[in-house]
Amino acid sequence: MLELILTTWDALPEILQIVLKIVVIVVPIMLSVAYLTLAERKVIGYIQVRIGPNRVGPKGLLQPIADGLKLLMKEIIIPTNSNRYLFIAAPIIALAPALAAWAVIPFNAELLLSDLDAGLLYILALTSFGVYGIIIAGWASNSKYAFLGALRSAAQVVSYEIAMGFALVGVLLAAHSLNIRDIVEAQAGGVFHWFWLPLLPLFVVYFLAGVAETNRAPFDVAEGESEIVAGFHVEYSGMCFALFFLAEYANMILIAALTALMFLGGWYSPFPGLPVIGEPSIIWLFAKMSVFLFLFLWFRATFPRYRYDQIMRLGWKVFIPVTIVWLLVVAVAVLAELGPWFD
Amino acid sequence: MKTGLNHYLKTFILWELLIGLKLTGRYFFAKKITVQYPEEKTPQSYRFRGLHALRRYDNGEERCIACKLCEAVCPALAITIESEVHDDGSRRTTRYDIDLFKCIFCGFCEEACPVDSIVETRIFDYHFEKRGEQIMTKEKLLAIGDQHEAQIAADRELDAPYR
Repeated sequence: MLELILTTWDALPEILQIVLKIVVIVVPIMLSVAYLTLAERKVIGYIQVRIGPNRVGPKGLLQPIADGLKLLMKEIIIPTNSNRYLFIAAPIIALAPALAAWAVIPFNAELLLSDLDAGLLYILALTSFGVYGIIIAGWASNSKYAFLGALRSAAQVVSYEIAMGFALVGVLLAAHSLNIRDIVEAQAGGVFHWFWLPLLPLFVVYFLAGVAETNRAPFDVAEGESEIVAGFHVEYSGMCFALFFLAEYANMILIAALTALMFLGGWYSPFPGLPVIGEPSIIWLFAKMSVFLFLFLWFRATFPRYRYDQIMRLGWKVFIPVTIVWLLVVAVAVLAELGPWFD
Repeated sequence: MKTGLNHYLKTFILWELLIGLKLTGRYFFAKKITVQYPEEKTPQSYRFRGLHALRRYDNGEERCIACKLCEAVCPALAITIESEVHDDGSRRTTRYDIDLFKCIFCGFCEEACPVDSIVETRIFDYHFEKRGEQIMTKEKLLAIGDQHEAQIAADRELDAPYR
């Protein structure tokens, strides 16, 4: 049976093989996105002493499907004075990079779509590309709220991109590689071999910058319901709106995966040496991602939105100096071959 | 200086934010207070002021004597009454309409009524599907009264000492 599958696989044209590989990655991501929305509603509900959705299907498990169907059936309204083509293109531009970035994410040492040597650069490029979707959406809507939201998110992403980039430079210094698989391999070993400890400030900055980058609470001024209605996506309805939603959640999962890979040893077990649970496994990666995804939701349920000037101050006057100083520390530690990370 | 440094440190490690997270984290595990509405309901007072009803005496005679006190007291002008005198000399309503879009459920009609005819029941979950359905006619009000008489009577009994 297995042989049959393997021979058929080899017989397929290469383009079909690639498409199939992409499907194998994108479909689970889409499912995770759908269920992340349910998890979000449940977690926020629990924190607010409610129980969240529980009517559709057993324990509310079919809720995301109901939501998706509802959005699919809804009319997509295109405002009269909008730029029609960009208006439609914007959600696609928002979603595409969020999915494309997964190409270089390794799920374990063998399971990865493309083993790109400049993986980190690719990730950096694509995560910043997502904001074009938001900016174009805000501009093409021809609405002042949408436009304000677009401006805000543009300024915010530019500010946090720098801190994020510096945090990644730290990882790259520590791992001597831009290849994400090599970065994880450099962290082989238990909890104390992972990079979160020597790169602690960078780890925190990276994750928080990631929260800001995905426009999630408390950095969600691009949406800012209370002051600019819904920000960049006021004019969107139906599936176009859903695409923005998908992009936001796909980005959250991506940030969670990257943080787990670069700072928490990816698929390595925190207890090496123990039987079964000590084995490196994809399950460990998922467990670590879940922790960060939970943090995203926990933040949203806890913090009020940052004021705009506070966001800018945090980005420019706290995160960037912290990362620059810590880069020096990391550089010295690497030169000194400080164990157990850099020997 | 010590407090200055302390304050600086706490700002730096986002201490207050961690406190906030701890608080919401604790509520995550708290007992949930959601009431699963159609299956579970919260307790109601016997003074609950919901949908209106017109009552009858035990012999089936309408209590309402068309004195129009409720119409007069209604602050929202939601009640419209027309009456006529029957052959036996008694006065009865020919029309008793309550416009539920105007009604503010203050309960004054019930208080004004000398014969306990117009009452507010415990019914609060109802809806309208067509225009005009919000006008509660005499027939509808009497039907509600007939249907819920037991509950209405029990509630009046409980409230009697305070009237």
